[in-house]
Amino acid sequence: MATNENVITARGLRKSYGKIEVLKGIDLTVQKGTMLALLGPNGAGKTTTVRILSTLLKHDDGEVLINGYDVSRDADKVRSVIGLTGQSAAVDELLTGRENLVMMGRLYRLTARSAKARADELLAEFDLVDAADRTVKTYSGGMRRRLDLAVSLIASPPIIFLDEPTTGLDPRSRIAMWDIIKKLMSAGTTILLTTQYLEEADQLADRIVVIDGGKVIAEGTATELKAKVGKDRLELVFKKTSDYKAAVKHLGGEVVDTNDKEQSLALIINDTNKDVRRVLDTIASKNISVESMAVHKPTLDDVFLSLTGKQKQTTEEEA
Amino acid sequence: MAVQLEFQRRSKLLSTITDSLIMVKRSSTHILRNTDQLLGTFFQPIMFLVLFAAVFGKSIEATLPPGVSYLNFLLAGIIVQTVAFGSTTTAIAVSNDLQKGIVDRFRSLPMSNLAVLNGHVISDLFRNGISTIIMILAGLILGFRSHASVLDWLAIVGLILLFTLAFSWLAAIVGVVAKSVEAVQWLSFIIVFPLTFASSAFVKADLLSGPLKVFAENQPITHIIEAIRALMLGTPLGDHGWLAVIWCLATMAVTIPLATRLFARKSS
Repeated sequence: MATNENVITARGLRKSYGKIEVLKGIDLTVQKGTMLALLGPNGAGKTTTVRILSTLLKHDDGEVLINGYDVSRDADKVRSVIGLTGQSAAVDELLTGRENLVMMGRLYRLTARSAKARADELLAEFDLVDAADRTVKTYSGGMRRRLDLAVSLIASPPIIFLDEPTTGLDPRSRIAMWDIIKKLMSAGTTILLTTQYLEEADQLADRIVVIDGGKVIAEGTATELKAKVGKDRLELVFKKTSDYKAAVKHLGGEVVDTNDKEQSLALIINDTNKDVRRVLDTIASKNISVESMAVHKPTLDDVFLSLTGKQKQTTEEEA
Repeated sequence: MAVQLEFQRRSKLLSTITDSLIMVKRSSTHILRNTDQLLGTFFQPIMFLVLFAAVFGKSIEATLPPGVSYLNFLLAGIIVQTVAFGSTTTAIAVSNDLQKGIVDRFRSLPMSNLAVLNGHVISDLFRNGISTIIMILAGLILGFRSHASVLDWLAIVGLILLFTLAFSWLAAIVGVVAKSVEAVQWLSFIIVFPLTFASSAFVKADLLSGPLKVFAENQPITHIIEAIRALMLGTPLGDHGWLAVIWCLATMAVTIPLATRLFARKSS
């Protein structure tokens, strides 16, 4: 087997609820030991996709292979190699953290001794030792999510599905969760993560698949996606009106955007080093003084908005 | 990973049993930790027994055969009614699991589908067993006396267990079908209340009239109550014994597969 083998493969995945088609032919693959982020707005079909990949939901059409097993034919084999952390923390409120872990471990067919030892290990790793013997009812939101993730790791499955693991968490808990996920990745786990947060996909994932309206609208690395949307943008701000007007005049056709009120202009540049120097040289040769300048790289937000067509909407609203 | 994980290999049947036992432990822990519900389990049967005996005692005793006290007559009815009402807890537990995400978790594990429902139904058996024992003790304190032999008592226990199982599986269906815990409560109520009231639980069925009498004399709850009552009081069992057993088994033959299928469908 090749090292870059795909452990998650979905081809032509379709799913309808009554007349509403939620998934309109999703294709995606995740290579062993990498993380794929499934990025999309609410209602894009992220959770439906994860529920199908993790055997919870039957698909209407298409094929899904997890670790080589077909989800429809070998659901039990699939279940023994996956861990799932859903949007709502799926832990038992009336049991303690430790009891939850041991119970799920036993249901994964771990021996009692293994389940207990692994529970201790995870409680320590997820900073839950002090709360281990309290019922989950008393846990904070962040603690629940951590326990939820710990539970899905109890049998150390090689493949993990994380369905919006940080939605609704405060910034500190989110960063703690990211650290845990990064640790998982460095341990070689294959991860499929869904998120609405571009920053999360950007920070964590090796590859990103953007879905909207049940279809894949883009895929690639964060850098590739950003490159698709556009080039870097150089913005210059002037203090004196005369300088501003002179700059607009001398830079001429290169200027793509001007703002008379702020006395600023923007240019699209292809090569940051060369173009910035050239622009500054031009300005300096005309004795124009610049108050400030900045180079903006496109963010994943730009990518996302331009791909899902929501940018137009915002511009119209602004106008 | 520091901990070396060992997995167990089990046959399908053994897996179902082990998974069910794990779920029974879970549901029983729920029962013990849910103190409000637990208090109800203790006090509701006593309250029923005391109130019914006090309110109806005098007026109904006159209709009973000479020498039979209302308390002696009532106990079998109250036990069956309490078990029937108690099954609501199974329905609530099933509904709770489905409303929260935990069923998704269970379904993503390589475990038996049956285990979750098994866990709730069997732990309900324990809870109802405790209720029944409390009620019999309370009855004894209030003056209940029985001439039943050990064998009779074994038959009584067997019948109560069988009835509890049958009714809990029915309740499991209610729990799966109902859209919320509130819906479970009224749905259970409109099933349990008429069934237990239009029976021989509180008065002799032949005192009723018209269609109500026909229904009360022939419906399953009456057979179960009459069978337990006959065993407790040492009166002739008649057809009630085997009819009670057949009703319970028939109910389970329908409810177990139905509950399991509905549960699998609802949770996907």
